[in-house]
Amino acid sequence: MFILIGCSFILAIGFLVAFIWMVKSGQIDDDYTPSVRILFDDGTLPEKKDL
Amino acid sequence: MIEINKSKTKTSCYHCGDFCDENEILIAEKSFCCNGCKNVFVLLTDNNLTSYYTIEKTPGKSLKQNIGNKFAYLDDPNIQTKIIDYIDAKIARLQFKIPNIHCSSCIYLLENLYKINEGVVAVRVNFLKKNASIVYDINKISLRQLVELLANIGYEPSFNMSDIDSVKPLNPNRKLLFQIGVAGFCFGNIMLVSFPEYFGLDNTTKHYLSPAFGYINLALSIPTFLYSGQDYLIGAFKGLRKKLITIDVPLALGLVVLFIRNFYEILSHTGLGYCDTLAGLIFFLLIGKWFQQKTYDSLSFERDYKSYFPISVVTINNDKTTTIAIDKLKIGDRILIRNNEIIPTDSILLKGKANIDFSFVSGEKEPIAKELGEIIFAGGKQTSGNIELEVKKLTEQSYLTQLWNNDIFAKENNSKVETFQTKVSKYFTFALLAIALSAAVFWAVYDTSKIIHAFTSVLIIACPCALALSSPFALGNAMRNLGRNKFYLKSASVVENIANMNTIVFDKTGTITQSNDSKISFVGDALSEFEKELIFSVTQNSIHPLSKQIAHFLNMNSAIILNDFKEITGKGIQANVAGNNILVGSASFLNIKEEENSLLNTRIYIKINQENKGCFVINHTYRAGLKHVISNLSNKFSLHLLSGDNELEKTYLQTIFPSKSELLFKQNPSDKLLYINTLQGNKNKVMMVGDGLNDAGALKAANVGISLSEDTASFSPSSDVIMDAANFEYLPYYLQYCKNTMKVIYVSFVLSLMYNLIGLSYAVSGTLSPVIAAILMPISSVTVIGFTSISTYLLARKMK
Repeated sequence: MFILIGCSFILAIGFLVAFIWMVKSGQIDDDYTPSVRILFDDGTLPEKKDL
Repeated sequence: MIEINKSKTKTSCYHCGDFCDENEILIAEKSFCCNGCKNVFVLLTDNNLTSYYTIEKTPGKSLKQNIGNKFAYLDDPNIQTKIIDYIDAKIARLQFKIPNIHCSSCIYLLENLYKINEGVVAVRVNFLKKNASIVYDINKISLRQLVELLANIGYEPSFNMSDIDSVKPLNPNRKLLFQIGVAGFCFGNIMLVSFPEYFGLDNTTKHYLSPAFGYINLALSIPTFLYSGQDYLIGAFKGLRKKLITIDVPLALGLVVLFIRNFYEILSHTGLGYCDTLAGLIFFLLIGKWFQQKTYDSLSFERDYKSYFPISVVTINNDKTTTIAIDKLKIGDRILIRNNEIIPTDSILLKGKANIDFSFVSGEKEPIAKELGEIIFAGGKQTSGNIELEVKKLTEQSYLTQLWNNDIFAKENNSKVETFQTKVSKYFTFALLAIALSAAVFWAVYDTSKIIHAFTSVLIIACPCALALSSPFALGNAMRNLGRNKFYLKSASVVENIANMNTIVFDKTGTITQSNDSKISFVGDALSEFEKELIFSVTQNSIHPLSKQIAHFLNMNSAIILNDFKEITGKGIQANVAGNNILVGSASFLNIKEEENSLLNTRIYIKINQENKGCFVINHTYRAGLKHVISNLSNKFSLHLLSGDNELEKTYLQTIFPSKSELLFKQNPSDKLLYINTLQGNKNKVMMVGDGLNDAGALKAANVGISLSEDTASFSPSSDVIMDAANFEYLPYYLQYCKNTMKVIYVSFVLSLMYNLIGLSYAVSGTLSPVIAAILMPISSVTVIGFTSISTYLLARKMK
């Protein structure tokens, strides 16, 4: 019983740490640009090879 | 009269979307309005970046202006160190503010900049802040080249004194997010651990689980209380020291009582404690705070004159020109100001033809001609070629910047109104204490064992969580909805200030009139170059504003000397130029039958040698819907107009404004400031609507300052609201929306009081249990949040 509670806590603390890490790394600072960026092609247009 | 068919198939520029005139350039079956746009297209095509044009249509900005050596000052190492964030032997990293970032194509192009120039290592755009952080190879490209590259493709970074002086602050939202994270974590886990107790444990498990769960809860509530809830405790403490009862006081009271009671109950094994209520309360409160803290990163509400001035100026020393930073200017320096540049400091005209446009500083819209040896005040914009000046005062001490020495700018949040929430919390706190004490007295008589229980329960259950949430959510929602309509508030509390106003003061130039001068068109057969020159020569000699506008519109290089010139006031001009008889003026003056007469425009007819040539149509530059705005507002507000301009338009404006409103002209910036103060002295709540630096003092002094901006990315003086000028006609609706939002808050306040009454009935009777508190608190919060969100949303839909 106590082991299960302990496990759930460790899991929850893991999420908390992940959240703090996320905020610190600046992922929530800009919530618009990445949504556009993902739509761009890599830019390296496939070179037409003569087959 | 023959009207030129305006719908003549005009092509729009493939790059910027402007209409192409006779200078149209065709390349790869695409039309461009100017060489600049074409060059960008060619550059992008060469580098395989044509996706720029497919992501958004016509994404570019017109590039008709030439850069020249405008950025020469970037070669100065002193300026470089101020701009560059990090530099080593190989690379440098910096952040540019680029106002032109406006669509997804911009992001695409900027982030692929490395394909155009191999010196660029990486670019990352933050769209909302309109800035780009760039890493570049200092051995391959210099700072100046980098900036010129950006400017050449239409993304000129903006530099000004305040950007360079200021230290970039970290995102203040982070601490709040950590607090929410911790509170959410504790709240969730406390709920998890508390549930078994609420549903009932059997006797065997209860024995050892109950205390364990209690200790876990207690341990979890400590960080919630001390870290996540600290702002409320500190806020209440600070408020009390200033003898102010804010909403923080009853909140902190509830939190402290909860926290102590938890400790007591759990350690003494007398109960479960209210840990979940405590954590939930803090969690919801923080969410509300976060919701209210929306800010517009790309806008700056705190600008002063520093952001208006350029950062550098060209000085002349023994015929050699060097570019230096403005703060390095010394009295006696000789400076060169080119066309369209801003005079950085008070100085004396030494050489050249000075025609200074002070419209942004004084509201006077006609450029002022200055003689050699005259003093030119800082802030004006030169409009006729290069001039040379001698510096007389340092920028910080110049006439314009002295306005900022007024006390108004030293104070923060001056004369702001007490918010509804603070007003209520005062009564609320006293009522709360009274109820708690009477409950304690009551139980002291009947059942002494329940005194503490009843007393603390009242403080816990009446903790005004729902009340504290209604304002942030309603105001935060209102702010977002207004922002969607390009009415950007500095903070959510401005909504409430706006709702309390009873007086509105308008500025004229740039606020109720439009600042661009492109409102002139010529109707009739196309004029030959010679005819244009004739008309230009005549109109240039008149001081009448309409003539000036025509002269400005024609913008010829040379004028012919007049043989005979007669101006008949209110009618027109008769002149003889190189043997040609020219008449310029109203239809009646020229004996022409006017075809349409409209209040919206003025027609100036032209006759050359008795031949009817057509007319110039000058549209009144009043903003669309001005009449409607004024008549709509005049029912609810007393209206005033302050203009830096002369009284020419007074008669027309009197027809628009209600008869009881004050219309004052020739007001300088400090007159405007004083006028606002006088109005406030008469117990008026004043809202100022302005645009330029000349309104800066008035905007700051007013209870609410709204600055109108044609382009929200460009300079606007410090104010509470930045509004897109294009939406000026909707102003009455925005103001009404703010008032309605306050009504929503009143209703939700009643709603939350009802929940409090239910809770209090348990509390005073001494029967409050943790389960009831745990149910009541979230339910009341959710109802209030739901109610305010839905009603503000519905009101916003009505606004459109």
